[in-house]
Amino acid sequence: MKRINLVGLAVGAGLALGAVGPAWAQANEQFVPMPIYRTGPYAAGGTGVFGAFMDYLALINERDGGLNGVKFTWEECETAYDNARGVECYERLKGKGPTGAAMFHPLSTGITYSVFEKGAVDKVPVVSIGYGRGDAMDGRVFPYLFPLITTYWSQNTAKIKYIGMKEGGMDKLKGKKLANIYHDSAYGKETIDILNKQAAMYGFEVKHFPVAHPGLDQKAVWLQIKQMAPDWVILRGWGVMNPTALKEAQRVNFPREKIVGVWWSGSEEDVRPAGAAAKGYVAAGFHPAGKNFPVIKDVEKFVYGKKKGNVEAERVGTIYYNRGIIHGIVSVEAMRVAQEKFGKKPLTGEQIAWGLENLNITAERIKALGAEGLLQPLKTSCLDHEGGGAVKFQQWDGDKWVIVTDWIEADKKLVRPLAEESAAKYAKEKNITPRTCN
Amino acid sequence: MLYREAGQFKTSYAKDLAIFPIRQDRWFIALVLIFFGLVVPLIANDYWLKSILIPLLVSSLAAIGLNILTGYAGQLSLGTAGFMAVGAFAAYNFNIRVPELPLIVDFILAGLCAALVGMVFGLPSLRIKGFYLAVATLAAQFFIEWVLTHFGWFTNYSSSGVISAPPMKMFGFAVESAVEKYLLTLGVVLVMALAAKNMVRSSAGRAWMAVRDKDISAEVIGIPLMKTKLTAFGVSSFYCGVAGALWTYCYLGTVEPAAFDLARSFLILFMIIIGGVGSILGSFLGAAFIGLLPIFLNNMAATIGHGTLQADTMANLEHVIFGGLIIFFLIVEPHGLARLWQIAKEKLRLWPFPY
Repeated sequence: MKRINLVGLAVGAGLALGAVGPAWAQANEQFVPMPIYRTGPYAAGGTGVFGAFMDYLALINERDGGLNGVKFTWEECETAYDNARGVECYERLKGKGPTGAAMFHPLSTGITYSVFEKGAVDKVPVVSIGYGRGDAMDGRVFPYLFPLITTYWSQNTAKIKYIGMKEGGMDKLKGKKLANIYHDSAYGKETIDILNKQAAMYGFEVKHFPVAHPGLDQKAVWLQIKQMAPDWVILRGWGVMNPTALKEAQRVNFPREKIVGVWWSGSEEDVRPAGAAAKGYVAAGFHPAGKNFPVIKDVEKFVYGKKKGNVEAERVGTIYYNRGIIHGIVSVEAMRVAQEKFGKKPLTGEQIAWGLENLNITAERIKALGAEGLLQPLKTSCLDHEGGGAVKFQQWDGDKWVIVTDWIEADKKLVRPLAEESAAKYAKEKNITPRTCN
Repeated sequence: MLYREAGQFKTSYAKDLAIFPIRQDRWFIALVLIFFGLVVPLIANDYWLKSILIPLLVSSLAAIGLNILTGYAGQLSLGTAGFMAVGAFAAYNFNIRVPELPLIVDFILAGLCAALVGMVFGLPSLRIKGFYLAVATLAAQFFIEWVLTHFGWFTNYSSSGVISAPPMKMFGFAVESAVEKYLLTLGVVLVMALAAKNMVRSSAGRAWMAVRDKDISAEVIGIPLMKTKLTAFGVSSFYCGVAGALWTYCYLGTVEPAAFDLARSFLILFMIIIGGVGSILGSFLGAAFIGLLPIFLNNMAATIGHGTLQADTMANLEHVIFGGLIIFFLIVEPHGLARLWQIAKEKLRLWPFPY
């Protein structure tokens, strides 16, 4: 009998799976998909960023009654940072809500690569804030892909600028040795080409050291680095790879002040597990940590005050959290711009893509949003899907991140032609005729 | 009642050798094929086609590949995803470097490349067995991933190591929509599943099974071990290679070598363990179980969990239930879902007078 029950169970499960159809929301709502990852080695990033993103949408609903009366709805889908599951989540969520998904934030370079072509076909904008394809800033070839604020390529040039600054001028970079330790994935490899180009330009030497996912075993890599004795180490880590790298650096006595991380290596969760080994470590960031912004105070009052928060209250104001708030601000502002053109109603992905392309978040607007100092001014166009491009550098003092530089602009003169060249190559491979931007 | 076989006589050798000797089975299979070939493309939406059925069919194909090697020939392998990666990158490279070749030829060549690599890594199987062989195939998994990541030629010097499938054309038709991709996948999988079923019933399959059951006895009765084991590796890797190419072209569209990591090898191994080791049907059932269960649990969590459970609890609960069910199945039926089906069928044939 046990076996018969099993068959019944399987049949029942199949029926239930069929019954889980699209849950249609009421008319005046804008649906935003949340392909979160709460499990796996990168869960700290997934929960922090998406938690804050949902908090910000909740804030707009609670404080303002929605965006011009249009309430936000969202649904989580667990990707576990896996590309195949990310595609499933994209397909599951793209058609939900009265007008379909507003936009898709993969929060993973791998998932970005897997869904952006589908997004272009389905007319769902794929927004990758601070990750994804470097060449996607060329909006002529990638009409539905938005690497907003800054890309890896841009931040890499800023990083070299920072190193040059510390060395006392870009000309001092000549003859210096840099080690690039990267997560061996699409994300980690994204900057290898541009680093090589910059090495040729400034005359420094760069060596690349891959670290296999998830990055817990770096003993061999750091021994090689010890032999190479570089002047600087660039850390393109993610998740558990970061604290491991810092601990190994301490073990081989490499000064942490000479390690420069990308922003996915620069959160509290990346350094706390390394303890004292992390002190002095420098990481890029396109926003600071901290709660001292009116918008975050509002979130605490309207969302956490009503017990509607989406992450643990003590994580509010951390790096990942604030990055999620920025995801929220930029997304909502894009929808606001699109609503001004297309009417104050739920919008389609195509209309929101227009909004994303015509973003102009000025300093005054940032102040009005209560995010002064949290966000940099951002202006996008059909040609430029990136917008900002500047980063600040922050240093871990053993207890918190301290901003140590002003905004450092990316070297757009170097990045833009490279992006255009790479985008043109992609367009040729895919038989895409780039649209013209007026 | 359902399986009343009275009046069904086998009057020729051909009938005796049929894959489905019972008429009811033939009807059932025909209905299933009509359903998946004709009805599903009409009624299924993009979500079902693109993110459930296509990956399901492709993983079934990979599971068949592993089942040939592990289930029929008895050679434990952890390199399945590596061989899939070979297929994926070979298809991509043939496609962009020799654009004159039709896509189906690319797929076949991709399978052959994977078969070649598989046979090379199958060589140790002549000396080592069981868990030790598993470790040797593990080396294949890591080696292939490493090569594809570290030699830019394989990814056409893509800066991020990601390859993106060019537009597909099959016999002059563009394969673009979800339905077209689904039908292409279904066609390839059906043909290859049929071939696999016949292969394991032929002398090749019997040789594999003899080697699996006792290799010394097999050698004594005149089965050449080297040839048998290497053909098993070759055929198995061919299937995995084609599955990898389909995974890239019909499902994800873009892949990086990390998409074929050890975790995927394990998943496919779980598929055949859950589905049934040494069963073609089991490959499909196992792929369905392993592929659908997490999605189903995630959907259930999203539908009924709201307001009752914290989202983070639900996400972790999914893993707990998934693991629990696997253990449960292995305890209740270690021979897999295919064995359950077999038992059900035998009971039905005797019903209502079981003995």
